[in-house]
Amino acid sequence: MAFNYDEYVRTETIPHMWCPGCGIGIVMKAIIRAFTALQWDKNDIAFVSGIGCTSRMPGYMDMNTLHTTHGRALAFATGIKLAHPEKHVVVVGGDGDATAIGGNHLIHAARRNIDITLIINDNNIYGMTGGQYSPTTPAHMIASTAPYGMVEPNFDIARLAMGAGATYVARETIAKGIMLEKYIRTGMAHKGFSVIVAESTCPIQFGRRNRLADPVELMHWVRDHGVPKTKAAKMEPDELQGKFVTGELVRDDSRPEFTEVYQQIIDQAMKKGD
Amino acid sequence: MKLYSGNEMVAEAAIAAGCRFFAGYPITPSSEIAERMSKLLPEVGGRFIQMEDELASMAAIIGGSLAGRKSMTATSGPGFSLKQENLGFATIAEVPCVIVNVMRGGPSTGLPTAPSQSDVMQARWGTHGDHPIIALTPSYMREIFDETVRAFNLAEKYRTPVILLLDEVIAHLHEGVALPDPDEIEIVDRKKPTVPPEEYEPFADTEDHVPPMANFFEGYRYHVTGLSHNQKGLPTTDFEVVHAIQVRRQKKIDEHLEDILKWEEIDMDDAEIAVLAYGSIGRSATDAVRELRNEGLKVGLFRPLTIWPFPEQRVAEIAKQVKTIIVPEMNLGQIVLEVERIAKSDARVIGINQVGGVMIRPREIVSRVKEVA
Ligand SMILES: Cc1ncc(C[n+]2csc(CCOP(=O)(O)OP(=O)(O)O)c2C)c(N)n1
Ligand code: SF4
Repeated sequence: MAFNYDEYVRTETIPHMWCPGCGIGIVMKAIIRAFTALQWDKNDIAFVSGIGCTSRMPGYMDMNTLHTTHGRALAFATGIKLAHPEKHVVVVGGDGDATAIGGNHLIHAARRNIDITLIINDNNIYGMTGGQYSPTTPAHMIASTAPYGMVEPNFDIARLAMGAGATYVARETIAKGIMLEKYIRTGMAHKGFSVIVAESTCPIQFGRRNRLADPVELMHWVRDHGVPKTKAAKMEPDELQGKFVTGELVRDDSRPEFTEVYQQIIDQAMKKGD
Repeated sequence: MKLYSGNEMVAEAAIAAGCRFFAGYPITPSSEIAERMSKLLPEVGGRFIQMEDELASMAAIIGGSLAGRKSMTATSGPGFSLKQENLGFATIAEVPCVIVNVMRGGPSTGLPTAPSQSDVMQARWGTHGDHPIIALTPSYMREIFDETVRAFNLAEKYRTPVILLLDEVIAHLHEGVALPDPDEIEIVDRKKPTVPPEEYEPFADTEDHVPPMANFFEGYRYHVTGLSHNQKGLPTTDFEVVHAIQVRRQKKIDEHLEDILKWEEIDMDDAEIAVLAYGSIGRSATDAVRELRNEGLKVGLFRPLTIWPFPEQRVAEIAKQVKTIIVPEMNLGQIVLEVERIAKSDARVIGINQVGGVMIRPREIVSRVKEVA
């Protein structure tokens, strides 16, 4: 029997606003399957986003949903998590939302190792505002603000998250939905800050400008830029130029989680007050 | 009686009012509030976090409040500017929270350690779009306590951010105060829905125009967005729906002015000249009015504790009664504009405006009143 996604969806909000062929739907389905696999009670999940096409996802999900300001989702989510450390807080965002305007919050959430899961739908572009370049737009690709091709070097989001201290980091393309789901599920179950980068597609704003308008062709283009971790380990740096490494990149259970550390402070402070 | 600075008083009062979450970023002259909260909160089972910046702090307290904790942040001038976008979010999403702004001279980094009252208009209109707001301006130590508690209560009652506007003079002044007994303090909690989750409409109109608020994780799975939304919370661009909800948000404040407005009057009964002052300058004005009365001049004081919404009706009455209203403030003329607008041609309105980080002293008010008397 086909998987029933409706349990976690506000079916009355469908049809959604995403373009035909957009990659966001694949990420959303992977997230729902991960929730189902973990059997999390919808009432115990806060699903938070910033602003962008990707960030419209919470509106369609049947849980405690919060669609915040551009780039700030992790900061709102931090407040929710501190209010209720025992609940599940999951954040979703686009590459611009999570790494440009929200870049500062990303590195500090990672540094704190707060138990929040961040799923980034990296479509290499600002979809919602009309295809301007983002910190992840690859070299020479065309964007509405990069008519001569992207001139800035791009972020490797996974390495950025690892460098800042995220204790679970994985990356997969949307061409491999099952693997993506697995990483999202493991990231959600992980106690600490987890980042899952979904290398995704925006056929309308990124594809059309770059002769990759066909959604399937664009998905294959994204897939072909990913190199599995084990294979990458045997490759020379210049062979990896322009590619990204996929797989589970970090899984570290040794670092203390922020809300647990804070709970110890509360316990001490309250004891003193007695 | 214990000695407190204004900033410390805010923290004590916040805890007494039930605040259990604080997120902030240090900035002079407000930092002692964060410092004190970091100490007090864990003692009562609450949590403190120093976020990476002011935008994040404002965001975090909205998250904390949505998840059911009474939440506060504190900042000064430049930090207050940074909070504005998310402050707007809190107004449209109707999330109770308290924002303390210990005003400092600006624009920009301005005068970090000197007093100012130059953010009163930013408090009203700093974020974009039409929205109601509540802002309070205490003058004395015990008043800081009471108004901080009231800020939390008003936030909860009207599902709105409430801004507490202090200035450096009272924030750093130490005064001995007797605090009320904890069980004498009135505490208001947000109204909860009584309907089953399927029927809950988090932004529906109600008799008092304040919809009940379910916290996250209580079984009411609703959507919160900064986009214009319908009664269910889902985004909409439908003119009628957007218009109706905007008007309702305005009404929840406009139709409860009696409850929200607070001021003090001294010797206004037979006054021919009124001095209108708030915050630390309210203290100077009080001394000035006493002195002038002793000299036989018919001068009265109007000291608003709620600066937004502005006590418009009462000021209009005063304008009809007196010949002149004098408005001393540590800015180049902000509230004086509001008074001029309300007084129309009923009274002459004169500002005493001083920036540069030096307080307006009683004698400056006294001499100006004498000039115009
Ligand atoms: C403060 C602020 N600046 C700019 C914008 C405009 N804006 C909306 S979405 C967006 C970028 C979206 O791109 P991305 O985060 O990559 O998400 P996508 O739409 O591609 O999913 C921008 C710049 C905004 N809403 N708020
Ligand atoms: S603009 Fe791009 S990212 Fe946005 S919905 Fe369309 S295809 Fe998807």
